[in-house]
Amino acid sequence: MKRFFGNLNFSVGFALSAVVIIAAGISLIWTPFDANKMSAVERLQGPSWSHPLGTDQYGRDTLSRVMTGAVNSIIVGLVTVAIGLSIGIVMGLAASYYGRFVDEAVMRFSDLLFGFPAVLTAILITSTLGPSMINAMLAIGIFYIPVFARLTRAVAITVYEREFITAARAGGVSELGIMWRHVLPNILSPLLIQGTIQFAVAILAEAGLSYLGLGTQPPAASWGRMLNEAQTFMSRAPWMAVFPGLAIAWAVLGINLLGDGLRDTLDPKMVRAR
Amino acid sequence: MTSPLLEILDLSVHFHTPEGIVCAVDRVNIALNSGETIGLVGESGCGKSVTSLAVLGLISSPPGRIAGGSILFDGRNLLALEGDRLRRIRGREISMIFQEPMTSLNPVLPIGRQVAEPLMVHKGFTKKEALELAAEWLDQVKIPAVRRRLNDYPHQLSGGMRQRVMIAMAMVCGPKLLIADEPTTALDVTIQAQILSLMVGLKEKSGMALLLITHDLGVVAQMVSRVMVMYAGQIVEAGGVSDLFDRPFHPYTQGLLRSMPRLGDPGKKRKRLNEIAGSVPLLTERFIGCRFADRCPYTFDLCRLQAPELTDVREGQVARCWLIFQPEKRSLNA
Repeated sequence: MKRFFGNLNFSVGFALSAVVIIAAGISLIWTPFDANKMSAVERLQGPSWSHPLGTDQYGRDTLSRVMTGAVNSIIVGLVTVAIGLSIGIVMGLAASYYGRFVDEAVMRFSDLLFGFPAVLTAILITSTLGPSMINAMLAIGIFYIPVFARLTRAVAITVYEREFITAARAGGVSELGIMWRHVLPNILSPLLIQGTIQFAVAILAEAGLSYLGLGTQPPAASWGRMLNEAQTFMSRAPWMAVFPGLAIAWAVLGINLLGDGLRDTLDPKMVRAR
Repeated sequence: MTSPLLEILDLSVHFHTPEGIVCAVDRVNIALNSGETIGLVGESGCGKSVTSLAVLGLISSPPGRIAGGSILFDGRNLLALEGDRLRRIRGREISMIFQEPMTSLNPVLPIGRQVAEPLMVHKGFTKKEALELAAEWLDQVKIPAVRRRLNDYPHQLSGGMRQRVMIAMAMVCGPKLLIADEPTTALDVTIQAQILSLMVGLKEKSGMALLLITHDLGVVAQMVSRVMVMYAGQIVEAGGVSDLFDRPFHPYTQGLLRSMPRLGDPGKKRKRLNEIAGSVPLLTERFIGCRFADRCPYTFDLCRLQAPELTDVREGQVARCWLIFQPEKRSLNA
């Protein structure tokens, strides 16, 4: 633990991310106002003591909505990374173990997915399946599969070359056991690092899709959605855009720093002379 | 007489490479009785390790291919066994120790877990029982403060300690045969001696057979009863350890022995060690004559025309050399 917190990136990233997670946690039990409660009298108010971050065009409290939006973003990050990791690891391990045809198939599938412009395809998926948060997560998650499949394959191939794998085989460990107990633990740290980075990217991507109206649907609060709604009132009520925008930047920055810090500490090749 | 525990018959292993087919092992015969120790000696690239990997079915294919022969272990042909049945022999009846203790242990698993793994795989032990027995074995291989060490990772141990862990891992299921592939090569000399005496002790206690692969004749002299010398994929000489050291027949064996420094050889103190000229031939070549002909000091016409077969030199000692039939040639060129 000391090793991690000795790293500046990790410490700052951890602190920033912790704020987001705590805000999201609190919002599950308590928000200053009901995030969806409208109030005609309080429309488009600037920041004040009762509404620290102002209100939107329906008089909803921006602070409450930013807090609830954090939950949304975290769910998106978790689910998309989970989709990408689980399928990507299986595909990558299969490619590295079987080689030849399987490897070729997995890699060409990855190329295919990488070949499509991600945003366009996400738009395609969400517009075919209908705009919703679940479909947005699905669209982003699918794009994570090749990211993790390629990474898994690349690292796993080098692990398979190592002598302790032969030693495990000589000890009678089954191929599945070798994969699970010997290869996987040896490739976890790069996957973890990539996972954090993709987590941040997912938050951005969901914000983008929601901004385009393809992600989270009203009245649910999402940072991207809030930006979208703020657009119309940009000159009259800039706080409506500023605060969700800040929230996105804060969360993405925090998680990226966390990922960088993890990489610095977990990847021995990245250890710099201090 | 009972049949041997391990009988390698006419084993040939080929590797298909872009440069052509490499005959890494060419019609090798080895018989090993239970409880016996034999040494397989030769310089790098002569097929020792490939032979041992073939016993466990660990030749990766492609590029490797068992081109012929059979490996009988306890009455079963290992080459004919598939998947699960072969796996049940690996680590349980035949274990292997590798050369590099630095890389043969999984860096992210605690050593206790690694020693316990064969027990969980083969004997259906629970994790707790397996760790208990693993601790006992680590104690047997003289790892100090075992309880504290169980959760250590390989990088926290020295090379000698890691090799001890490897030995414990190999021994934990009580194998009938232990294949040790250069077990001491990566260690420094004092540690080598400790590891060898540890292995001798364990072997005597358990009564298992030991196939010791090494290029270090000093190690062989201490440990084994019979020696087989390999050169370019073939066995060129085999015999009892004292015969072979006292009266080596094959020029290659003689060269190997001459290239070894000896203690207590007064008068020869300043003499340079003799080396064998040249290096192991590329195994992609098609050999017509003797594979050692290019490096042999006694080569004569026949050596380049026809390959010699293993022939009795004397009781219990065989060599693959035309000098057996024409001993006078030895004095001519020498």
